[in-house]
Amino acid sequence: MNLESVRIALGGIRANKLRSTLTMLGILIGVGAVIVLVAVGSGSAAASRQRLEALGSNTLTVTTGGFGLGNRGGTQARRIVIDDDDVSSLSDPTLAPSIAKVVPLVNGQSVTASYNGASATPQQVQGTTPALFEVRNLRLAGGAAFTDGDVEARSKVAVIGLTVAKNLLGETADVSQLLGQTVRFANSNLTVIGILKARGSNGIQDQDNVVFVPITTMRDLVSGNSKRVDQVVIQATGRAATATAQLEATAVLQGNHPGSTSNSFLVLNQASLLETQDANNQTFTVLLGAVAAISLLVGGIGVMNIMLVTVTERTREIGIRKAIGARRSDILGQFLTEAVLLTMLGGLLGVGAGLLGSRFEIVGVRPVVEPFSVFLAFGVAVAVGLFFGIYPANRAAQLRPIDALRYE
Amino acid sequence: MPAARPVIVVRDVTKVYGMGDVEVRALDGVSLVIERGDHVAIMGASGSGKSTLMNILGALDAPTTGRYVLDGDDVGTLGDAALADIRNRRIGFVFQSFNLIPRTTALANVELPLAYAGMKRARRRERARTALAAVGLADRLDHLPNELSGGQQQRVAIARAIVTNPSMVLADEPTGALDSRSTAEVLTIFDRLNVQGRTIIVITHEDEVARHAKRVVRLCDGRIVSDERQAPVEGRPPLLMEVPA
Repeated sequence: MNLESVRIALGGIRANKLRSTLTMLGILIGVGAVIVLVAVGSGSAAASRQRLEALGSNTLTVTTGGFGLGNRGGTQARRIVIDDDDVSSLSDPTLAPSIAKVVPLVNGQSVTASYNGASATPQQVQGTTPALFEVRNLRLAGGAAFTDGDVEARSKVAVIGLTVAKNLLGETADVSQLLGQTVRFANSNLTVIGILKARGSNGIQDQDNVVFVPITTMRDLVSGNSKRVDQVVIQATGRAATATAQLEATAVLQGNHPGSTSNSFLVLNQASLLETQDANNQTFTVLLGAVAAISLLVGGIGVMNIMLVTVTERTREIGIRKAIGARRSDILGQFLTEAVLLTMLGGLLGVGAGLLGSRFEIVGVRPVVEPFSVFLAFGVAVAVGLFFGIYPANRAAQLRPIDALRYE
Repeated sequence: MPAARPVIVVRDVTKVYGMGDVEVRALDGVSLVIERGDHVAIMGASGSGKSTLMNILGALDAPTTGRYVLDGDDVGTLGDAALADIRNRRIGFVFQSFNLIPRTTALANVELPLAYAGMKRARRRERARTALAAVGLADRLDHLPNELSGGQQQRVAIARAIVTNPSMVLADEPTGALDSRSTAEVLTIFDRLNVQGRTIIVITHEDEVARHAKRVVRLCDGRIVSDERQAPVEGRPPLLMEVPA
């Protein structure tokens, strides 16, 4: 493929502008669709990866309630109550070497917060230890988290989420003015010492509509069982250790509660659930890419169609070229170059359209352009031109000069 | 001038179209030798086989039987690439319908055979200019075929035929689509080319055209029926006797 055949091919493309444009449009749409759809797929994967990180790394959650727990498999399993003793057993490195941190959580049931006449009911008000902030990757927008000292001293302090602060102050208010203020939770006055950085929705609930208080303070607030724990968040020593940590936690809890079965409580590896979702996302991306690839293939068939028409139309020209000394390879090269140029131009425009389209939010997903998809789509477009160009070009090259010259 | 090797040696060539019942013998045992520097008119009514002979001489078609030797090479034994090479370097075609490549300038049309011969762009551009100047079209280099008159188009075609410096120029009814003035121009160009030593073979059914030739071969029903010499091979074509070269 030399410069000369490129020039001849460009002439051929220019000779039928409308037809060439429509053919290129087919390739353009195919390439653009591959880029945009793969970007949408990887955008939604990126979003779920963010959720995974928000959960905290290498964490497990132990619960005793919810999701039909206790009667799975048709038999009524004995429910257990997890308490501080279980927490210290789980924290014991000899019993559970794969567990790095154990964070107990105590839930407050529909606790109403009120401040200056405004009131709000946060989705979650939980008593916990300072380790939670580290394990769950909770960052503060202002103020500070409570300390182990606060837990010891049963300090009347609270760290609140952005939504709670806004519900109390109004949507537009500067939430930092709430720092150091006293907010009434249920029947106690708590001082706001920290406001959490916004984390947005995890797809199920608003992660900013939360309040965290020291676990001891929480127990004072709701009274009741002073040792009871509703939920335990466990951090494994590493990513690879989460499965072992899950087994160890189950063993420890069964050891502490004779007669319990594996149905009595749930040790949930949320990260692995989200990883499954991530895998689903990848399948989704591949599927989207496949649909787009089909449109690219259809575009390729369009190229073949138009090249066959071109070869038929220019049979006489092929005859003339052969009469003045064009070899088969010259004719083959000319028409192949024309087909590849068509798909290359269409492909370049498609890359432009794809990059442009990926700048917009599509069905709630911010597309993330994958460089590989750009090169792949463009490469496949050129390959499609080669593949679908070969048959028409070869047909042109095989024409006998005498037949081609006589063609009317 | 020493007697050179003949440009064309045709031995007992036949060409049969069709199979079985509807067999058509377009050429029926034609033998012909054409000397270098000759100016030959091949005449005949339509259906006489003259176009078939022209296609065989131009290496566009292969004879059913018989041998065709061009410039010492037996064309029948050559492969596709070698045939393309022969058409490129040894033969210059001029067609009745001009057959210029559409949407391509006169200069680019004339350059094309040199491009297929693999010549560098600057050099072939120069040679194409010279060839166009030789047919009096130095001022029409960048015109497209549809911007030229029939006579001008045919002169571009002649320039394209001679630009590779071929052994012979093969013209198929070159004046068939031209008015009388353009016909005279084109025939004069052929005469001049012949004076410069080029072998010219013109297929025609017009006596006017045949009068320019040194030798007239008549075909009828695929056979040569007469072969007259109007002027010696060495020397000028008959109608250019009095015009200075």
